[in-house]
Amino acid sequence: MVPAMSNQGSSTFSGTNLACVRGGRVVFAGLDFSLDSGGALVLLGPNGSGKSSLLRVLAGLLRPAQGALAWNGALVTEDPEAHAARTHYLGHHDAIKPVLTVAENLRFWAHLHDPHAERAGRAVDGALERFGLAHLSTIPGKMLSAGQKRRTNLARLLAAPSELWLLDEPTTALDKASIKALEAVLAEHRAGGGMVILSTHAEIDLPGAAELHLDRFTTPLTDGIDDDFDDEGAAA
Amino acid sequence: MNRFFEVVRRDLRLALRQGSDSVMVVTFFVLTVVLFPFGIGPEVGILERVSAGVLMVTALLASMLSLDRLFQTDYEDGSLELLVLTPAPLGVVVAAKMLAHWLTTGLPLMVAAPVLAVLLHMQPEGFPILLAAMALGTPTLSLIGGIGAALVLGARRGGVLLSLLILPLYVPVLIFGVGAIDAAVQGMSARPHLLILAGILAAALVMAPWASAAALRQALE
Repeated sequence: MVPAMSNQGSSTFSGTNLACVRGGRVVFAGLDFSLDSGGALVLLGPNGSGKSSLLRVLAGLLRPAQGALAWNGALVTEDPEAHAARTHYLGHHDAIKPVLTVAENLRFWAHLHDPHAERAGRAVDGALERFGLAHLSTIPGKMLSAGQKRRTNLARLLAAPSELWLLDEPTTALDKASIKALEAVLAEHRAGGGMVILSTHAEIDLPGAAELHLDRFTTPLTDGIDDDFDDEGAAA
Repeated sequence: MNRFFEVVRRDLRLALRQGSDSVMVVTFFVLTVVLFPFGIGPEVGILERVSAGVLMVTALLASMLSLDRLFQTDYEDGSLELLVLTPAPLGVVVAAKMLAHWLTTGLPLMVAAPVLAVLLHMQPEGFPILLAAMALGTPTLSLIGGIGAALVLGARRGGVLLSLLILPLYVPVLIFGVGAIDAAVQGMSARPHLLILAGILAAALVMAPWASAAALRQALE
C-alpha cells in the first residue's frame, strides 16, 4: 500500500491499445505508451485532442472504452486502491476549500493519502516551503490568488509521497519563478525514481521526456471543442 | 479508519466555519413547526393529535435542505475527484461524509424536537419515543439522502430533482416514526415500530454508502 519512492527497483507503467469515447465520439483510439521509473511523458496536441481525458483514464477516474493499463505487468483495474496510493492526480480545479487555511487544506490531503500523521505533518511544512507558501500557511483559501491556489495544489504532490504524478496543465496561472520551482521539483521526483505524465501548452523544461502527440490517435474533430468541455458542461 | 475520521473532521470543520447550514436547518425546523398552531388553531386536542406527524414531516423536510450541498461543493471545486482517488474504498469516504451530515443536521434536529413537542402539547409519554424515533430515523435520512445527492450531482436544479427522488423513499421512516410515537401516547408498545426503524437504518447503513459511491463515480465519468 505505502508507495516507496526509490530503492524499490524499477517500475513500469504502461497502457496498450487505449481508446476513449466521450459523448458518442471517439477522442482517441489505439494508443500505446510505456513509462519506466524516472521517466517523463509530455502529452501534446491541440484542444480537444484528449489530453485531459487520457490523464483521467490514467488516474482511474474514467474507464477506457478499450485497452488496459498495467503497473509492472499487473492490471491496474485489479487493485484500484494500490493504484490510487501510488498516484497523484492534478486536474483543472485546485480543490482548495475557501474557509480552510492553506496548511489545513494541504494537511487534509496529505493525511488522506498517507495516514501516518506525523510524517505527513513534516512533509506538509516542507512542501509549503518548497513552493514559497510558508508565509501564507495560515491564510484562508478564499484569500489566495489563482497562482497561489495552483501552488498550494502543487504542494500536495510533495506533502505525501507518490510514484506517479499525473499533471493536467500544471503551469496554468503560475509565474516564471514558480514554473522554475516546479521544474526543479519534477527533476527531483524523477531522480528519486518517480514518473511524471503531464499535459501542457506552455514551455516546461523536462530533460529527456518522451512526447506523445495525441492528435495522431484522433479521428478528425470539429474546431473549437475544448478538451475540458465535459467537466464544464456538467457543472454549468 | 484513520481516513474515515479525517474526512469526518474536515467536513465538521467546514460546517463549523461556514456555520450557516446547521443553523439554517434548525431554524427552518423551528419556524415551520411554529406555523402549525397558527394554521390549525391553538386547540390543545388537535395539536396534540397532529404533533408526532408535524414533527416528523418537518424534520424530514429540514434534513433535506442541506442535502444537495453534501457533494455539490466538493464536486465544483475538484475535491471530489481527489476524494475518489483516495487510496481507500470510496464507500468509506462517502460514509464519513454522511456521518458528518448527520452530525450537523440530524443531531441538532433531535435536540430541537422535544422543545417543539412541548409547544404542540405532545403527551409526556411520547417524548422518549420521539427521541428514539428521531435517533433511528434521522441517520437513515442522511444515508438515503446521500444516494440522491450523488445521483443529482451536476444536474441543473439539482435541489428540486433531489426532493422528487428522495421524498418517496423517506415514507417508511415517516410511517414508523409517527407510528411509534402514536403507539406510546395511546399506551401501546412502541417497540415493533422502533425495531422496524432500526432495521431500515441497518439496511441503509450497509447499502447507502456503496450505492452513493457508485453514483459518484458515474457523475465524474
